[in-house]
Formats: sequence, C-alpha cells, structure tokens
Amino acid sequence: MGDRVFGLLIAVVALGYILSATQIQIGFLSDPVGSRTFPYIVGGVALLCAFAIMARPDPDPEWPAWRSLGRIGIALAVLYLFAIALRPLGFLIPAALASAILAYQVRPVVRTAAAAGLGLSFGLFAILKYALGLGLAPFGRMLTG
Amino acid sequence: MELLAHLAQGFAVALTPTTLLLAVGGCFIGTIVGALPGLGPSNGVAILIPLAFSLGLDATEALVLMTSVYYGAMYGGRISSILLNIPGDEPALMTTLDGYPMARQGRAGDALVLSGVASFVGALLATVGLMLLAPLLARVAYLFGPPEYFALYMLAFCTLGGLASRNQAKSALAAAIGLGIAMIGLDNQTGIPRLTFGEMHLMDGVDFLVAIVGLFAVAEVFIYMENHGRETALGVALGRITVPVKDIVRCSWTMLRATGIGFFAGVLPGAGASLGSFLAYMAEKSAARDKESFGKGNPRGVAAPEAGNNAAAGGALVPMLTLGVPGSGTTAVLLALLLTLNITPGPLLFEERPEVVWGLMAALLIANFVLLVMNVPMVRLFVKILSVPPWLLLPGITMVSFSGIYSLSGSSFDLILMIAFGLLGYALRKLDVPTVPIILGILLGNNMEDSLRRAMVISDGDWTYLFSSGISIGLWAAAVAGFIAPMFLRNLLKRPGAGSG
Repeated sequence: MGDRVFGLLIAVVALGYILSATQIQIGFLSDPVGSRTFPYIVGGVALLCAFAIMARPDPDPEWPAWRSLGRIGIALAVLYLFAIALRPLGFLIPAALASAILAYQVRPVVRTAAAAGLGLSFGLFAILKYALGLGLAPFGRMLTG
Repeated sequence: MELLAHLAQGFAVALTPTTLLLAVGGCFIGTIVGALPGLGPSNGVAILIPLAFSLGLDATEALVLMTSVYYGAMYGGRISSILLNIPGDEPALMTTLDGYPMARQGRAGDALVLSGVASFVGALLATVGLMLLAPLLARVAYLFGPPEYFALYMLAFCTLGGLASRNQAKSALAAAIGLGIAMIGLDNQTGIPRLTFGEMHLMDGVDFLVAIVGLFAVAEVFIYMENHGRETALGVALGRITVPVKDIVRCSWTMLRATGIGFFAGVLPGAGASLGSFLAYMAEKSAARDKESFGKGNPRGVAAPEAGNNAAAGGALVPMLTLGVPGSGTTAVLLALLLTLNITPGPLLFEERPEVVWGLMAALLIANFVLLVMNVPMVRLFVKILSVPPWLLLPGITMVSFSGIYSLSGSSFDLILMIAFGLLGYALRKLDVPTVPIILGILLGNNMEDSLRRAMVISDGDWTYLFSSGISIGLWAAAVAGFIAPMFLRNLLKRPGAGSG
C-alpha cells in the first residue's frame, strides 16, 4: 500500500516537473539538445520508475507508531524554529533551548536536559567561534538592538 | 622513477607542520566519527566540510584533513562492531559477524588489535595501489570525450544503484531525483534560470552540502527519534590489550587476499567499501577449510572484512581523482569538497596541480601510520569515547551541522531547505529508496548534461554518436550489466548480515 501511494505521488511530481520544464525559456543561441531535453529525460525516467514501483510494490515498511510520529513532529518543529531564530536571536539562546529539548526527548530527565542545553550552547559556541572562526553571533540584533 | 620524484614532491608538501597537524587531527576525529554508531563516514565528512572552509585552509590542506577523517572513519568503524555488535558505519557490518563473537569469548582486545593491523595492511597497500594506478588511469582518461564521459556517468549510477537497494526501480528513481534537483538554477550553457519558480535563493541551484547534510545528518535525527529505546547495546568488557602475534601471522595471507579484492571493488565506480568488505569476507569463508567456525569468532573473519573495506576506501579514491566519478558514498561527499574548492578532478588535475595530488597521497601514507598508532596502542581512548551518552551526542551533532551550514551562507533559507532534505531522507529510508544516488545525481547532474549536450553539438544532433567508440560501448555494456546483474544475484547479495545483525 505504501509503495502504491508513494509511486502515485512521484508520478504527480514527475509530471509537474516535466510541465515546469516546458516553461524553460530557450535562448537564441541554442545547441541541438537545448535547455529542456535533459529535464524531460529525467522527468520521464522518474515517471517510468513511479509506474514500476506502483506495479510491483514492496511489502510495507514498519511505519512509526503515533507516539514516535509525535516525537518526530516535535523534533521537526524544534529544528525549524532553531533555523528561523538563529539570525534574529543569535546562537546562544536558540541553541540552548533546542539542545535541551532534543536531549529531553532522548532522555526525559530535566537535569540532564538542562545540562546538555547549557553545556552544548556555550561549549560549542566557544569551539566554533574562537577555535574554528565561524561567523556566529552570540546574541542577535533583536536582543542587542 | 617518475613516481619517486612525484612522491618526493608530495612529501615536501605533506611534511609541513600545518599539514601534519591536520593529518593527525583528521585521523583522530575520523576514528571517533567511525566509532560512534549512527555517525558514518559520509555523515561525518559532510558535517565537517563547512567547518574546514571556515578554517581558511588551502585546497591541499582541506583535502588532507578530510581524507584523513575519511580513512580514520574506516578504521574506527570496527570498534563498535566488535564491542557492541553495532556497526559504527555500514562497511563495518561484516566485522560484527566474527568480531562480536570474539569479544564475547573475552578476546575483545585481540579482535581490536588484529582488525587494526588488518585495516593498516589494507589501507597502506591500497594507498600504494592508488599511487600506481591513478596516474595510469589519468592517462587513459585523456581518451575520454563527451560521449565516453556520459557513458561513464551512466555506469556510476547503474552500479551504485544496482547495489544500493533491493528494488532497481527505486535506485533509478533516486538517481532521477538527484539529477532533477541538479537542473534547478541557471543553465550552465545559456545562463537562463531553470525550474527556480522565481525564487532568488534557487538561482545558484541547490547547494550540495545543504542536500548532503540534510539527507544524512538531519535524517538521522528523525530516525533516532523513531527508534529510540529499541536499540539496546550489550557492551563487552575490554580486557588487557595484548598483541596476538600468532593470529596476525596466521591471517597475513587473508589480509593480502582481502586487500586485493577490496581494492578492486573500490576502484569500480559506485561500488565502494561495503561491497569490498562483503566480497572479502565471502571469499575468505568460501576458501576456508573450516567454514563452520566463521560467524563464531574466527580471527580470519575479522581480518578479511577490515582489510577489504580499508582497501576499498583507498581504491574508491582512484576513479574520483582521475575521472571525477566517486567510487562510493563518502567519496561522493569528498567530490563535493573538491568541487567547492574549485578543483576539477580528472587527468588535468595530475598535470596542473601535482602538488595537490601527490601531497594528498603522501599525507595518506603518513596518515596510515598515525592511524595504526591510534588504533592499536591508543584504542582504549576511543573505547571510552563510545560511552558518550546519546542525549548529549544527538543534540551536539545537530547543532554542529546547523552551525556549519549556517556559516556557509548565513541564510535561514538554506537551513530550512536542509530540514526539508532531512524529512525527505527519512521518508526515503523508510521506503528503502537509497539516498546515495541522490547525492551523486546532484553532484554529477550538470556535468552529465553538459557532456550530453557537447556530444550532440559535435555530432550535430546524431544520437548514435553516444555509442560510436569502443570505450563508450564497453562502458554502456558494463552499465547495463551492473544494473541488471543484481536482479539475478539478489539472493546472494541480500542483506549479508541480516541473520546475526
């Protein structure tokens, strides 16, 4: 079942890809192959594969239980928020919060999670900024004005 | 004699204090990366590439650092295979078969030392093989025109895809996904944007480091979150470490045989270290008179896969340096490093930048001796590092990957794209769609298209030109064979360690 849905999804995406490729402008100095052919080929191969997967689906994988799905959802949200907070808030605070939540998900003990958050945020900042010279700001513009 | 002159030039580059320090540091980090379960060599190298850039290293230095990490990871993978029965990385899977039983018999120290020596033999001889073979292959590469390169890329996708999944359609799909992503951005030949959907950030295309770190490292976070608690590792106490001279002597032929097999598997584009260790183990088992003792702690079953996978790791550098086609997943990541450093692999690299090529090879020779010291007398240190708790490790790796990618562009867009690749990688892993062909597609897509278009310009649109030379016909034939053969060999190749892993 999983593979049939997956195959269908891929088929739709591949068709969309081919349709978008028809919109590519052709320059006036074009070669025999042009800018569209290779995307067409790639889209066509993907479409063929999608049909092959739908025709002969593999047995379903073991899908995660709702609980695991929830954990993955939380991790996803944490990573997304970290990604958008890194610029306005700087490294230290988002990194401490994100590491603490991830650590808590791995081992639900408040003390170790807090230690992981603080330790990783300050420790990694020191290593990445001063030993490796990465361009990280400790606090972002929103906090320092 | 030409070789010795080149090598002397290489050592002049490699023996500077900075390069030496980078080689030693790379070996150390690499062994840790290899030893930690779940953080394989491709992952480790991908996460570290952005950090290597921020150090402001020149091309040779960056390459020495990352290949030392690569070699180190290959050595380190065996440590958790033997002690925890969890392969530290995929090629170390075969080492669990006899390594863990040896450890259970109280011979963990012997197994670690023996496999360390086997790794050294495999890696050292493969490095010598690389020095001999790469310049020859580079000369052959001069005969390659656009149609031959196009056929070579096909070969890489077919052999890699043929082995990566149990379903050929899924491997081919993975390659198509990668190639499709590579098309995004400005067309190399006309400068017209393609498939960017008006998004400014996509004009330059999708940065392959973003894709690699997403597909490997971020996907790993989601997989961990799902499997959490299910993988309980039964640790084995590490007793006194002695050197099992008798075993080493008895396994010396095994190591040499395995090195030969592994090197050959590595040189084949796309096949890589996992195949090397698998073939080496299988060959050793089928040649042995005491077949039943394999899987129950036979020292030869430890020496063969370790020599095989380290030899394959060296062999995989041959096609990457001479043809620009990586021989394995991790060399694909190393190719990403080369391309980002503006170094085009191929025959011209050997002519124009000999200091890079030979400096790298000399550094690899040195790295092998460093690794032998780290992995035999100092192995206890790495066993300690294995006990870093996951609640510290998982967020730590995540933070390092995010900071590395963020420092490349300073944009949240890349980070969000990376998370999207992580989700994609997670879903594809669940569906048994291999992710390495995607990486290869993103890396090689533009070159592949260019070679096709150039071939068509030369032949004025005649498609039969693609099959007009002996070399290209041979490559096409090998590609077809590489794609189809696994369908028949499936029963043989199916999950080699499934029963005991």
